[in-house]
Amino acid sequence: MRYLRSTLLAAAGLIAFLGFWEAMPRLGLINPAFLPPPSTLPAAFLREISLGIWPEAVVASLSHYIVGLAVGAGAGIGLGLLSGMFRPFEAFTAWIVRLLRPIPGLAWVPFAIIWFGVQPSAAVFIIAIGVFWIVFFATQGAVRHVDRDLIEVAQAFGFRSPLSRLVKILLPAATPGILVGLRTALGQAWMAVVAAEIFGVPGVGQRMMQASSLLSTDIVVVYMLTMAALYGLFDTAFVALQGWLLRWRA
Amino acid sequence: MTERPGDTPIIDIRALSLAYERGGTRNVILSNLDLSIARGEFLVIVGESGVGKSTLLRVLIGLAKPSSGRVRLDTRPGCRTPMALVFQDARLLPWRRVVDNVAFGLEGAGLSRAARRTKATEMLALVGLADLAGRWPHQLSGGQRQRVAIARALAVEPDVLLMDEPFSALDSFTREGLQDELQRIQAKTGKTILFVTHDIDEAVTLADRVVVLAGSPGRIAAEVRLDLSRPRQRRAPALTEAARHLRAELSRRSAEL
Ligand SMILES: Nc1ncnc2c1ncn2[C@@H]1O[C@H](COP(=O)(O)OP(=O)(O)O)[C@@H](O)[C@H]1O
Ligand SMILES: [Mg+2]
Repeated sequence: MRYLRSTLLAAAGLIAFLGFWEAMPRLGLINPAFLPPPSTLPAAFLREISLGIWPEAVVASLSHYIVGLAVGAGAGIGLGLLSGMFRPFEAFTAWIVRLLRPIPGLAWVPFAIIWFGVQPSAAVFIIAIGVFWIVFFATQGAVRHVDRDLIEVAQAFGFRSPLSRLVKILLPAATPGILVGLRTALGQAWMAVVAAEIFGVPGVGQRMMQASSLLSTDIVVVYMLTMAALYGLFDTAFVALQGWLLRWRA
Repeated sequence: MTERPGDTPIIDIRALSLAYERGGTRNVILSNLDLSIARGEFLVIVGESGVGKSTLLRVLIGLAKPSSGRVRLDTRPGCRTPMALVFQDARLLPWRRVVDNVAFGLEGAGLSRAARRTKATEMLALVGLADLAGRWPHQLSGGQRQRVAIARALAVEPDVLLMDEPFSALDSFTREGLQDELQRIQAKTGKTILFVTHDIDEAVTLADRVVVLAGSPGRIAAEVRLDLSRPRQRRAPALTEAARHLRAELSRRSAEL
């Protein structure tokens, strides 16, 4: 009952929002070229699909997104584990981390283009950097805060090597914290996708830039919503995966 | 079972001392401790909290290093886990189902997954929890968790079972049930058990021999042998008498020190 009511309210809110959006340009309060009414979007969407532009852009962006996420998250988890496990490694990297961490991912764009050219690998690089720090700090913190009592259990049963400590205790115990970092990274990576592609690497971001220079704002909005939908899809799938991985929690 | 002449003790602790250094001050916890445990013996160590009981077990299992002295083991040669420890708080791994918690210690033993599961299931049956194999630890009561911890320790087939106040967090009903169960398990497996508690009644109920650890630094202040048949009648006159004697020793020692 309560669930039904909140669902109805949510639907009503969305409808009101769309109605307001539709009304603004239609009533002449805003130039339709600046803000296309939502009713024009399905046509724009179908046009992009029939031209084959939409699938191509989405596939390109998705591949940047997935590869960038995998590279950044992989490096973040790997180095985060090392840094969380070994104090000397943490000490050795402490100032390097302090130096590099504050540099925003987008500040790497010039180097990405110089090193990789206007190529998918440049986009992957930018996305990976954005993801890396989030996952690195989440992993390091999660490993650092693993209950020492559980590590003792492993030692008491003869698992004394760093590798067995990692596999038997640290990794499973740190999983909840690592997953929180990954989920944040999932959102962060979409921003990086757009940013990277705006500089010309083919994909959703590049198509948005083209459309906006032609003042085809309906197409811009189609891709904005496309990204919102893709993010929603990934986030929902991730939350389901997270729930399954952490099914041992109360 | 008590020590027979000629038997080498399964654990022989000689002149064991342990101190923690902290900020330049030396905090001596155990000093010059001698203790031997006979094969198959149920030895209970009692002592006030903070006297070093856990520290002694931690030395034996290798979680703490003594400052001096030695520990000689006469356990099976080449055994990966000659001893296993049951902690005061069960310390189950929350991300493993009950059966996989019990199988934990077997993972270094070169057994197949199926063999580990079989062994774990057997141990769960021994502690009466065969039905809960598929549960997560958070779905268990405190007493059930402690049983799982006992099964996990027994699964590695240790020569000596070390138990650190394993029942102290439980209500008295559950505690007495587990005390009976532990005696039954010992009768069945013939394990050597080194059991630590601060509860004198628990000590006399379980022990073949009770050792009182007292003072700071901790040393052995008294010893009582209980050659009574099992299963024991709880609060039988002989046990009450032994408990009174131990209480007197404990208060005398703490007054002295
Ligand atoms: N890692 C440690 N560093 C410093 N002091 C410790 C450490 N572990 C235990 N102690 C001290 O050693 C003493 C004995 O502790 P413990 O063996 O746990 O006592 P018990 O188990 O008999 O209650 C306590 O005073 C405790 O504060
Ligand atoms: Mg203790």
